[in-house]
Amino acid sequence: MSMDTDEGKTVMCLLTDPEGTHLGSAMYIPQNAGPLQLTQLVNRFLDNEEMLPYSFYVSDEELLVPVGTYLEKNKVSVEKVLTIVYQQQAVFRIRPVNRCSQTIAGHAEAVLCVSFSPDGKQLASGSGDTTVRLWDLYTETPLFTCKGHKNWVLTVAWSPDGKHLVSGSKSGEICCWNPKKGELEGSPLTGHKKWITGISWEPVHLSSPCRRFVTSSKDGDARIWDITLKKSIICLSGHTLAVTCVKWGGDGIIYTGSQDCTIKMWETTQGKLIRELKGHGHWINSLALSTEYVLRTGAFDHTGRQYPPNEEKQKALERYNQIKGDSPERLVSGSDDFTMFLWEPSVSKQPKKRLTGHQQLVNHVYFSPDGKWIASASFDKSVRLWNGVTGQFVTTFRGHVGPVYQVSWSADSRLLLSGSKDSTLKIWEIRTKKLKQDLPGHADEVFAVDWSPDGEKVVSGGKDRVLKLWKG
Amino acid sequence: MPQGDYIDLHRKRNGYRLDHFERKRKKEAREVHKHSTMAQKSLGIKGKMIAKKNYAEKALMKKTLKMHEESSSRRKADENVQEGAVPAYLLDREDTTRAKVLSNTIKQKRKEKAGKWEVPLPKVRPVAEDEMFRVIRSGKRKTKQWKRMVTKATFVGPAFTRKPPKYERFIRPSGLRFTKAHVTHPELKCTFCLEIIGIKKNPNGPMYTSLGVMTRGTIIEVNVSELGLVTPAGKVVWGKYAQVTNNPENDGCINAVLLV
Repeated sequence: MSMDTDEGKTVMCLLTDPEGTHLGSAMYIPQNAGPLQLTQLVNRFLDNEEMLPYSFYVSDEELLVPVGTYLEKNKVSVEKVLTIVYQQQAVFRIRPVNRCSQTIAGHAEAVLCVSFSPDGKQLASGSGDTTVRLWDLYTETPLFTCKGHKNWVLTVAWSPDGKHLVSGSKSGEICCWNPKKGELEGSPLTGHKKWITGISWEPVHLSSPCRRFVTSSKDGDARIWDITLKKSIICLSGHTLAVTCVKWGGDGIIYTGSQDCTIKMWETTQGKLIRELKGHGHWINSLALSTEYVLRTGAFDHTGRQYPPNEEKQKALERYNQIKGDSPERLVSGSDDFTMFLWEPSVSKQPKKRLTGHQQLVNHVYFSPDGKWIASASFDKSVRLWNGVTGQFVTTFRGHVGPVYQVSWSADSRLLLSGSKDSTLKIWEIRTKKLKQDLPGHADEVFAVDWSPDGEKVVSGGKDRVLKLWKG
Repeated sequence: MPQGDYIDLHRKRNGYRLDHFERKRKKEAREVHKHSTMAQKSLGIKGKMIAKKNYAEKALMKKTLKMHEESSSRRKADENVQEGAVPAYLLDREDTTRAKVLSNTIKQKRKEKAGKWEVPLPKVRPVAEDEMFRVIRSGKRKTKQWKRMVTKATFVGPAFTRKPPKYERFIRPSGLRFTKAHVTHPELKCTFCLEIIGIKKNPNGPMYTSLGVMTRGTIIEVNVSELGLVTPAGKVVWGKYAQVTNNPENDGCINAVLLV
């Protein structure tokens, strides 16, 4: 530990982790110690084999300058013990995208949903012309056109092991596709009576070859389907109005948010209602779980390694436990009543915090991949950033001139992407809390955005019927 | 038609003829042909009546047959693929077109200039003075008639003290004083019981506004700090206008709708 102590001036500091446990005891740290030296200290204390990057926060403000400068600026007394909270950042760093590498036409109607496969190697998009198209990412050209739906394709979802693709349409049908060949597997699954609003797969660490997924629909039910049996196993009915979103949580509970202002939690073996979370005053538009990103990507991580099937479950479980930590899973719901609620559903029926501030309805909420931040996109043209653990408001990203439809995080949680009705995409940096990059180019509203899990590419699709691929 | 029950009695005592049921069956079978010849041979008004009746029966029969046919072959109605595809989160929302948005903003600017505000009840029935006030006779011989008592619901502030009774011209009875109103939010469709802060305007005249009389159509200011609304600047909103929608003197409570 080589730090110059010839300055003489030191300050008493106590390093704590985000959950509040202290690292060591209070110690004297020289005032010219900056974030780099503090990183070395933390790594040493935690006995890490490799130097992991950390970011430091003093009373919720990030520490970017040496400790001494911070003290002078904020006039903190040297007598008191300074509490510094450290947070681990992702080891890899994603480069921000700044140019449109390709504009691919192909769809005959507006592109309604896009999704990268969990390994980031394949791309699927659903559109108003009733087709699902698969695109080749290396040559940036169309690969397959999957016909089979009778009406607009509203959602697509990849299974977390990347082997199945499922899409739901406005006529209530669900089609399963083989992504390698672009063919329909079996016939469309019927059961829902109105359009499909969301699809969510069962996490890999709960069942290793991915078999079950749950879909939500405007008719008020959610159904659990089995892709190998090709039928609906359980029907979760209970909501009185449309179910707008559904998420399969990492602890095996299904969360459904609906227009009847409630969120219901269901258990998956028999489809029984466990709990009902009430509190919102109007429709619930979107749900997000703190572990959602890791559940979506399954066993794949930024290294891009492929695992054999029996190891997948193990690896997925490791990644899940790492992100989850010791705290229970958190759920955030965004609603038409302009507010969001942060819940800890396994702990209590009452919300943990109410996140107010938006002036218009909240359309999309999304936890960052490491679960530390919550981003919310609203029709009031702003994106707000909230602390993912406590729900405290952090900052507002203003810049869009039209309602913001969707947001997406980069895999290292450092960059946030938003797509809006004003046809632009904007990339916001979390560290500086400012606009990093503006991506204009679409001719009309941007309906769907996605960032690939390996961080290389961003895809966006909208009303102008083209798909744009952006690269760094 | 038999008058009395002698036929039934005979049947009970002696039973039916041996060929009764066969004759009945054959007669009923011949009915159809008889009805048909009658329909063909009848002339004049009788023929028309029979034809009308037959037609009505035929139409009904056709309908029931079609209904049965439909249910036996289940086919999902072909939904045509419409234009203007929108994603799932926009499906239940009516999106105003861009042209409409622009014209709406221009219209709003014009209205602001003119000073006309949109309220849920733009026109209310005017209340006459003799309906609003009741004459109170005072004095030793009860001949003086300069005092008036308000007969409608009123609001007086929390720091209200009456004028000395000798000089008080308008009497506001404490039984008709209200402090709270049931305010409904027009979009959220939920009702809250909120405190009244003051009367903004009574459409019947400035005198009633200054007296604090609340009739149907009065704009009142209510304390909405309970609702937790926030301005774009980040400040908390604690007072908002609402318009009274019922006749409080008849109901005993004040119902209002919030002006958003």
